[in-house]
Amino acid sequence: MMSPPEPRAPRSNDAERAAIGIVSTGVANVEAVRAAFARLKRDTYAVETPEAVASAAFLVLPGVGSFESGMRALQDRGIVDPLVRRVSERRATLAICLGLQLLCDASDEAPDIEGLGCIPGRVSRFAADVRSPQLGWNRIDVSHESRFLRSGFMYFAHSYRLAELPEGWIGASCRHGARFVAAVERGGVLACQFHPELSGASGRRLLARWLDFAPLPTSGGAASAVADEAAAPLEGAGAPC
Amino acid sequence: MLNVRVIPCLDVRDGRVVKGVRFRDLEDQGDPVALATRYEREGADEIVILDVTATADGRLARRRTVSAVRRALAIPLTVGGGVRELADAAELLDAGADRVSVNTAAVERPELLTEIADSLGAQCAVIAIDAAGDANRPSGYEVRTHSGTRSVGLDAAAWASEAVDRGAGEILLTSFDRDGTRAGYDLDLLRAVRDAVPVPIIVSGGASSPGHMAAAISEGADAVLAASIFHQEEWSVGRLKDRLSRLGAPVRR
Repeated sequence: MMSPPEPRAPRSNDAERAAIGIVSTGVANVEAVRAAFARLKRDTYAVETPEAVASAAFLVLPGVGSFESGMRALQDRGIVDPLVRRVSERRATLAICLGLQLLCDASDEAPDIEGLGCIPGRVSRFAADVRSPQLGWNRIDVSHESRFLRSGFMYFAHSYRLAELPEGWIGASCRHGARFVAAVERGGVLACQFHPELSGASGRRLLARWLDFAPLPTSGGAASAVADEAAAPLEGAGAPC
Repeated sequence: MLNVRVIPCLDVRDGRVVKGVRFRDLEDQGDPVALATRYEREGADEIVILDVTATADGRLARRRTVSAVRRALAIPLTVGGGVRELADAAELLDAGADRVSVNTAAVERPELLTEIADSLGAQCAVIAIDAAGDANRPSGYEVRTHSGTRSVGLDAAAWASEAVDRGAGEILLTSFDRDGTRAGYDLDLLRAVRDAVPVPIIVSGGASSPGHMAAAISEGADAVLAASIFHQEEWSVGRLKDRLSRLGAPVRR
């Protein structure tokens, strides 16, 4: 980097300190998420408006409850469109459990309701011959080079899952009966079927990696972590998303 | 594969962890935050907090204890005690519980389980069943409520099955006869309920050794719960899981 410094000082410290917006769906228990970020010395705040979805440096879409109640909560707050845009722009967004399912096209849990359509695929119930809900710790296997995910034990609590790794996403799989999608990531977007906030030390490390890497553009290795650039595409400098 | 969970249980009264025999003669065991933190560090898979006098006192489990443990804990937290309606369950989740266990109120009004499952998800709705031997019941066990003091005329396995039909996503199955006795889990009770329901079962009451836990796991328990062997430091969670692993149980280490 031979060019002179920008007149404005790099704001990497802002990105390092940025608070984490948590989407209020009204059906999610967010205390564990808040506590997990507090242990990483990060503040959190509630996100309830389209503007806040668009402007958050880091956004979490938590999920407890049903597919229908989750989608309805997003629609009622008018945040479907900004959320879809944000994910398509690969900005720092963490979806947890039902949050991952809401990002998919649809779910057998509520067949008449459309999902956000960011992740191709339809969510379905575990086969009848495995214990459901899956409650507890299961090992995830990271199948590709991943920015955030590592193989290891994570905590799951769910009855529905995405069975096939979606095209265009880096993923981790897990076995409960058959294989299913434990998590996917793309750019700054990380969607986990498990609960990183409840997955002890390995979950904590995953959240820390997401915070460290998600908003940073990978422009030729120059970590010019300007908060405004968090909105930019992530795969290479200036590449289209 | 999904691992078997080892769950230390904190019976709490007035903000302190207590332990009794057959739900009585409660003795102080320590501070809930300190114990929960230690258990997570040792490798516990989940923590259960039961406010043992909440129902008798006609109140909800204490929010302050739940919040304090939540802030310290990075593993799942199930809380029970005095949940009478959906709003109570929501309040405990708001305080930091991940899942809520319901006992007496669900026996009196089973729709409560449906309301919790529909609103908060089936994985949030844990039905706690305290069962005692009763030769007159088809399964050989009857349901007790109000901390084991009341018989309500229900068969334990039949009630487990109904609770799951109503929406419960997990069963916390406690043997009243074995609680605090160190004689091992009641495996006959476990088998009777295992045969009746497809959802996960946490077995509870009477464990004092890894052998007791391994026996329950081979009978189909998805999680093993214990209290005093951890509180009194006979076993650390880590050492116990090492032993369970050598006994062939799949545990996270």
